[in-house]
Amino acid sequence: MGRLRSLLIPGVDKQLLVRDATRVMPDLARRRFIAGGASLGALTLLTGCDVTDSFSAESMLKQISKFNDGVQAAIFNPNALAPTFPESAITKPFPFNAYYALDDAPTIDGKEWKLEVRGLVDNKKSWTLEELYKLPQVKQVTRHICVEGWSAIGSWTGTPLRDFLKIIGADSRARYCWFQCADAEGYNSPLDMATALHPQTQMTFKFGDEILPRAYGFPMKIRVPTKLGFKNPKYVVSMEVTNDYKGGFWEDQGYNSFSGS
Amino acid sequence: MSSLAVNEQPTAAATSTKVIQPAWVRTVHWINAVAMVLMIMSGWQIYNASPLFDFTFSKSITLGGWLGGALLWHFAAMWLLMVNGLVYLALGLATGRFRKKLLPITPEGVIADTRAALTGKLSHADLTKYNYVQKLLYAGIIVVGILVVLSGLAIWKPVQLQYLTALFGGYDFARYVHFFCMAAIVAFLVVHVALALLVPKSLRAMIIGR
Repeated sequence: MGRLRSLLIPGVDKQLLVRDATRVMPDLARRRFIAGGASLGALTLLTGCDVTDSFSAESMLKQISKFNDGVQAAIFNPNALAPTFPESAITKPFPFNAYYALDDAPTIDGKEWKLEVRGLVDNKKSWTLEELYKLPQVKQVTRHICVEGWSAIGSWTGTPLRDFLKIIGADSRARYCWFQCADAEGYNSPLDMATALHPQTQMTFKFGDEILPRAYGFPMKIRVPTKLGFKNPKYVVSMEVTNDYKGGFWEDQGYNSFSGS
Repeated sequence: MSSLAVNEQPTAAATSTKVIQPAWVRTVHWINAVAMVLMIMSGWQIYNASPLFDFTFSKSITLGGWLGGALLWHFAAMWLLMVNGLVYLALGLATGRFRKKLLPITPEGVIADTRAALTGKLSHADLTKYNYVQKLLYAGIIVVGILVVLSGLAIWKPVQLQYLTALFGGYDFARYVHFFCMAAIVAFLVVHVALALLVPKSLRAMIIGR
């Protein structure tokens, strides 16, 4: 405690510091961390993060979250399929979920929309919806699991992302496919390449055999049944194949980036 | 650590300063206490994001501030809980502590000791020996501890560990199992802490060993 306080005094904007810390943790949480500091400090040694680097619970938690990204990537089995269900198991009505109300969901003109392709690919041409609809499609009935804990079973039909990545000549050794979306505030999310190449990861054009409705991401969503819901971007407008970690809407706010199921 | 525990077994009865709780037990006990409290409080905040029942936990007793913060805590403290728990199980089995302290548990013994406890006749003179109620509760909480970790893994990795998830009756059911295990642990904690305070020498034994 004494050491912490001495760190706070000179040349540091305390209010800023406090506001920073409370973003992820309220005061109560900070106090609780300090109380349990010794053993959690020991945990940081296991993860190999430098405690002296920044003595704050928030940065320590973020280091462990990165460590958890690595653990999840290591246990990710590219051949393990998410369980599938009969059509009778589909959740009706399937919930709409976003950080805004349905009325504020993007309204996209399917005739104007194009999927922009960037980064480490041979062919960077943009794709119209009509062109994408001509690609072979498969259907999956899988469970969508939200980071909040609830789940719902839905039916999604579209083109396996790995087929599309092959068509455009994507470098499959690149680390991420980074998606940008049309949502207000610009939703985006990185998808690790191993998951992008998973057989069930899909460029989705239909929900329940109907053209993807606005609520579920018209004209295209990326369905990833091996990830939590927020890693399934809707209203996708561009895809970049990249080795850079470009962050994501929720990932930047503290949700674990890998968030595999 | 294990050598420490092995050394004191034969001498414990002979020496006057009898070790009630060996150092390894005390160490894993308090690490577990910290890990459990962190897991429970962050778990309550996670629960609040999508409550299973018609109530939420007051923010004053949750950890993390919001769902994202709580998840960071939960998935950090889980390592502490899991690694420490595995050390405890391994040493408990290897040193024979589980067998010596917790077994046998007989229904007659439990009934007799429960009756004695409720009528205020249960002796705590010898802290090295657990009565049947203690045996049942301590063995039971170990099982619940294993279940809470397994059900947690089942809802964390319902694809990679889908057989485990299926064993818990699927994702949604595993959430309820996880919740009720937490509830059992909290109920245990209330009784455990209350009794430790009622019999302070037991608390002392868990701190200094004697």
